[in-house]
Amino acid sequence: MITTSNLSKKYSGNLVLDIESLEIPKGQSFGLVGNNGAGKTTYFSLLLDLIQPTTGYIKNNDVQVNKSEDWKPFTSAFIDESFLIGYLTPEEYFYFIGELRGQNKADVDALVSQFEDFFHGEIIGQKKYLRDLSKGNQKKAGIVAALIGNPEVIVLDEPFANLDPTTQIRLKNIIKELSEKQDVTVLISSHDLMHVTDVCERIVVLEKGEVVKDLAKSAATLQELEEHFAN
Amino acid sequence: MIKRFLSLEWKAFFRSASFGKSLGIKIFMGFLSLYFIAMFLGMGLLLFPGLKKVYPDQDPLLIVNSFLFYWILADLALRFFFQKLPVMSVKPLLTLPVKRGYVVNYVLGKSALSFFNFLPLFAIIPFGITLLFKNYPVSNVLVWMLALVLVVLIINFLNFIIESFSAEKELSFLPVILIVGGLYALNHFNIIAFNEIMGSGFNTIYNYPFLIIVPLGILVMCYVFNFKLLRQKLFLDSGLKAKIKEVNASNLEWTKNFGDIAPFMQLDLKLIWRNKRTKSSVWMLAIGLLYGLFFYPQPTYQNMPWFFVFIGVFSTGIFLINFGQFIPAWDSGYYKLLMSQNIKYEQYLKSKFTLMAVSVLILFVLGIPYVFFGWKILLAHFAAAIYNIGVNTHVILLGGSFNRKKIDLSQKAAFNYQGTGAVQWLIGIPLLLLPMGLFAAFYFLISFEIACLVLIIFGVIGIVFHQKLMKIITQKYLESKYKMIDAFDQNN
Repeated sequence: MITTSNLSKKYSGNLVLDIESLEIPKGQSFGLVGNNGAGKTTYFSLLLDLIQPTTGYIKNNDVQVNKSEDWKPFTSAFIDESFLIGYLTPEEYFYFIGELRGQNKADVDALVSQFEDFFHGEIIGQKKYLRDLSKGNQKKAGIVAALIGNPEVIVLDEPFANLDPTTQIRLKNIIKELSEKQDVTVLISSHDLMHVTDVCERIVVLEKGEVVKDLAKSAATLQELEEHFAN
Repeated sequence: MIKRFLSLEWKAFFRSASFGKSLGIKIFMGFLSLYFIAMFLGMGLLLFPGLKKVYPDQDPLLIVNSFLFYWILADLALRFFFQKLPVMSVKPLLTLPVKRGYVVNYVLGKSALSFFNFLPLFAIIPFGITLLFKNYPVSNVLVWMLALVLVVLIINFLNFIIESFSAEKELSFLPVILIVGGLYALNHFNIIAFNEIMGSGFNTIYNYPFLIIVPLGILVMCYVFNFKLLRQKLFLDSGLKAKIKEVNASNLEWTKNFGDIAPFMQLDLKLIWRNKRTKSSVWMLAIGLLYGLFFYPQPTYQNMPWFFVFIGVFSTGIFLINFGQFIPAWDSGYYKLLMSQNIKYEQYLKSKFTLMAVSVLILFVLGIPYVFFGWKILLAHFAAAIYNIGVNTHVILLGGSFNRKKIDLSQKAAFNYQGTGAVQWLIGIPLLLLPMGLFAAFYFLISFEIACLVLIIFGVIGIVFHQKLMKIITQKYLESKYKMIDAFDQNN
């Protein structure tokens, strides 16, 4: 589904990302871990064509993302709060995203109603603008908005940060279900090794912009990761 | 401690990402201040001889005293709109070992150093010195001058109090207008003669210098009140807390008539109505619409038809200029979202275009009553409206592709120069002066009607080639996509 080839990104001579080749098959739940500055967000930004690669390219379903925009209909993402429109209510925001992705109000309502317990009654019908919600609730709204319109690729940058424990567990179930039942390719990054190993079938460790580990999940994965980061 | 606060502010100023821009504005403000200083200095020097010449048999000092009331009112009103209250990011200081009282005193003390407080001195001191040269008693004149300085400071803190009460509200300028207007009206219709009370008050202070304690007392009261007010606000759950407003949603179904641009139209309308900054540009519409009333009633302008077009472009295009010049910076807060969503740039831009074109039409229709001042005005406004739709909308959209300044929508509105760069000032020139010059040229060379026709033709050409122009503009936006994303990502 996602092919990365000879990809590198330099900022004023500093190499921040350098991936020779990375192949993510369709329906895989893919986890990206690494310390601050390892290049996780840079990789996602390149995937979403928000920044330009210095060399190489990413192909999303055979569409080269910085050449054509045809990857947009089947790709969705929530990177940070700047993906939210502060002066809309969560409902309005969902409808807006829905309209951009060709969904009518009923479709959006049907989808959002599945996430009632994920929202914990704090998002829908609150008569509040997104900018007035707490960080955690903003995140919930952003994540659910990324699920609107049956995307085939979902990119979530640190989805577990800022969420309360209950919501973290619910989010894990949502992500698992997406990749298992609906064959959606989910890419997440996280600092929480436990969550990532729990959710993802495959985990890639970035260090200073390079892939240093590429693990298919097994019983030993968590321990291996912990050892890696302890050193 | 003061040293540390000062060094914090110094760094905040010089390390701000928009340093270059604010330096430009500061230099401009500097020139403006020099101009005002010169004006006040001239007034201070010429006031005494001038009054003596016009009213030879009255004491100039008494005349000045009787006019102090008007000065106080004007000062109060002007300050409300132009004086920036000192701000300091206090949140990080709350948990540090700095006394809250100290922070408040610092902020209040800093406000006393405002340019607005020094400006009157440039008039008061020369006038006082003239008085001394004319052999007025030294101690009395000095006390009179001191009293005026105290009044300046009282106005300063009074303004602070009014602002802190009304700043949160919608239409925050209403209370100040009501107070000043009310006092002026009471005085004007001789219900309460404030100017005489104020005048005789200052005469009394001049005659009995020990009464200086009265303004001094008022000043202390204002200060203490201010102190208490600000001190209360220094808690996370009171003044520093962001206000949460309840939503009043409207469904805007009628925008569906605009087809595939409907979602963006809805978004833009919500953007305008739900943010302070943009909402104030709606109020600017009223100013733009009534702008003609400053000129048309005066006979001088009746004979200057080439000037009608300027008013026409301005009053039908005020929304276009106001809103248009910050495209796409209005959406800078969530630009990354738009760029990774399944949208066509063209639709996004077309929604903005439609909004601006519709606003021109509405403003033209609302401006039809100007026909009262002559049919030529209506014709000129019509030509200007067509020109606005056909040419200016495209020009301003094109200018937007050079926009690299983020706008923080939650900031307060008027005289907030955030997001203005040199390009935005430059774009005003072709928008206003070009049609005016074009019109004036044809007016003087041929005739009024032909000049109108020329503007209309330009506008129609723009409308006919709309699709083509939009393609070119869209291309420009696409080219600068990465630069915009990067620029909008940076905070000040």
